[in-house]
Amino acid sequence: MLSRVANHIYWMERYLERAENTARLIQVNTHLLLDLPRNVTLGWEPIIDMLSFRDVFYDLYKEADEKSVIKFMVTDTANPGSIINCLAAVRENARIIREIIPSEAWEQINNLYIAAKADGQSVLTRRHRFNCLHRIIVANQTITGLLGGTMLRGEGYAFLRLGRHLERTDMTSRIIDVRSASLLPDLSPEQSAFENIQWMGVLKSLTAYQMYRQEMRIRINRADVLEFLINNKQFPRSLQHGLMQIGKCLLELPNSESISQQVKALSEELQQLDTHELTQDRLHEVIDDIQLGVVKLHQAIDSQYF
Amino acid sequence: MAIRWGNYRVGEFYDELIRVANKPRPAAEEICKYLRNLTDQELEEYKTAANTAIHVMGITFTVYTEEEGSIDRAWPFDIIPRIIDKKEWLQIEKGLKQRVKALNMFIDDLYNEQRILEAGVVPKSLLDASKNFLPECMGIKPKHGVWAHICGSDLVRDHNGTVYVLEDNLRVPSGVSYMLENRHVMKRVFPDMFEKYNILPVDDYPSQLYDMLSQLSPRDIEQPEVVVLTPGIYNSAYFEHAYLAQQMGAELVVGSDLVVADDDIVYMRTVDGLSRVDVIYRRIDDAFLDPEAFREDSMLGVPGLMRAWKAGNVGLANAPGAGVADDKVVYAFVPEIIKFYLDEEPLLPNVPTYKCVNKDERDYVIENIEKMVVKPANESGGYGMLIGPHATKAEREKFVRLIRRDPRNYVAQPMLLLSTAPTIIGTKAEPRHLDLRPFILSGNDISVTTGGLTRVAMRKGSTVVNSSQGGGSKDTWIVDMEAD
Repeated sequence: MLSRVANHIYWMERYLERAENTARLIQVNTHLLLDLPRNVTLGWEPIIDMLSFRDVFYDLYKEADEKSVIKFMVTDTANPGSIINCLAAVRENARIIREIIPSEAWEQINNLYIAAKADGQSVLTRRHRFNCLHRIIVANQTITGLLGGTMLRGEGYAFLRLGRHLERTDMTSRIIDVRSASLLPDLSPEQSAFENIQWMGVLKSLTAYQMYRQEMRIRINRADVLEFLINNKQFPRSLQHGLMQIGKCLLELPNSESISQQVKALSEELQQLDTHELTQDRLHEVIDDIQLGVVKLHQAIDSQYF
Repeated sequence: MAIRWGNYRVGEFYDELIRVANKPRPAAEEICKYLRNLTDQELEEYKTAANTAIHVMGITFTVYTEEEGSIDRAWPFDIIPRIIDKKEWLQIEKGLKQRVKALNMFIDDLYNEQRILEAGVVPKSLLDASKNFLPECMGIKPKHGVWAHICGSDLVRDHNGTVYVLEDNLRVPSGVSYMLENRHVMKRVFPDMFEKYNILPVDDYPSQLYDMLSQLSPRDIEQPEVVVLTPGIYNSAYFEHAYLAQQMGAELVVGSDLVVADDDIVYMRTVDGLSRVDVIYRRIDDAFLDPEAFREDSMLGVPGLMRAWKAGNVGLANAPGAGVADDKVVYAFVPEIIKFYLDEEPLLPNVPTYKCVNKDERDYVIENIEKMVVKPANESGGYGMLIGPHATKAEREKFVRLIRRDPRNYVAQPMLLLSTAPTIIGTKAEPRHLDLRPFILSGNDISVTTGGLTRVAMRKGSTVVNSSQGGGSKDTWIVDMEAD
């Protein structure tokens, strides 16, 4: 397979995954705000921090209020990580490899971008936001399904999944990091019930709430949520699952031994964690390691294959 | 009833299907009868079926805009086929083979001994002014002595029914994918007609192309690596590049996929490392092929490609420099070229052509400019032409000045009365002008497509058939009238 083609497949899927995760993140934050008491302000700043866009944001906006952050994250073409820019990148990559991917998938990708561009403004009002983001999420899932249902299981499909899981692992680690750090620490005793709601918010950001319930069968608490999101092998958005999938994709690709070693090292570091003993500082360090690890994995893949 | 052949006016032109009103030519009788019996509604259904097939098969020219993504602009397709009797076609085929054989000998000679210039058959000045002559190619002897492996020659028929060669495209001729896809569409839309007629198949082309390209491999191996080199998705013929690559099972590459290493061998970058390339079917013009040798600013080409080709490490189709014979002044000399190399009379005539480089002929052209079609030597796609009878006085005067300033760059031909064929316009059949582009493949032997791509000028009275200027196309049927 041509390196250029592999590269486009990989990035197409990374941007697709990024767009979907960003949409989920905003969706959940919107809902979370509705559940919190009015005098508690969770705010929108963590969303910007999560994606490391603080500098870009404050260059363009004065205040991290709801409207500004949503506009920045969804429709603002000046933000390289906005959903609309991600979808444009998905389409740009897909267009170049149109002959490789199933034509229906290309049509969906093209339509998704055009539709998102046309009704992007409606996301600014809470009333329309749900539908707008929901459409983006469903379209992404449709595309993923189409690709999964029709693509040849060759190197191309391995690069597709590699892109997806690398991006997802990165995104999950960011969500764990920022969400757990920005949980409101100074809740008065009568407000402590809301800690529960916030951990639910973390799970819901990752569409993990229902699966957590099924798998863990215990009430929501920090240690178990972290254990589930970091080390659960069955949950498809956990860090451990992501690394496992990356490892599997690499097995299907030539000359992947040294990259596989990197994946294994990261996975072992996670396994040794005891989430009940994990302080916030230590968690932050571990997450930093993971994110650095993901960056290095990408660099290794890029120099080996592209 | 939709189509009444009694109302069809042939006029002063030769019509490919209809002899005179209500009298089809023998090979067209069945189809005319069939069309006559269709209701308006049925005709509409056929048109819709054809358009749907075109859409579904993705047969398009791709025009890319930022706002709407890629607009796939379908090329107008007419459902009435252009029909040629096999007996006549075999004569044309022979003529094309003769012509391309001589043209390849001519190119090979120009880059080597230059016997034809020594003999004074073709003037030396012709080379000096030729834009497509590449001095870098001097002394190179490609396999089989073939430079133009894929040639698209445009044929027209005048009011007497004589078939002429209008021009030879020896650089990167396009359109063959439409020929192939038009046939697929017709099979879907008119399956019953294929039972009534003995229509010779066309779908052999991709395998013939692949076989011919494999023959150019410098390595004697079972399965040489053949790739199609495209300028990329923004090129209007990208559909064809991708289509042919797909049909041949060859890799579709852009310049940046290829690299020429210090060993002067061409490799492509794959996820498994560098992998050797044996033959490149390039769809990029000479000037952009190799920034080391030609245009330094080319982002489309492959640095060092000429080095690799000269060293005999890669096959290139068409060979760089083949365009030297793709020039409207060289065209005028083709009859002499055929006689010189093959000692034969041309089987297919040229359109009578005045070479403005000769004073007598130039004076004649200038005096009769209102009757002439004047063409610059190196333009394609119908650009930069003067169609005398349709031009304004100012346009004609401008061309007289252009000819006087640079006579070598212009040739002129009398205005031909191009043949027509019935074409569906609304719910009626009306005559529209057309041409025919067969594709000729040359390797260790020469083969010609069965028929070719018929291009139609969809506007009434127009003779400009180019896709970029409002042309459409038809399926071309070579029918065997003698088979049961």
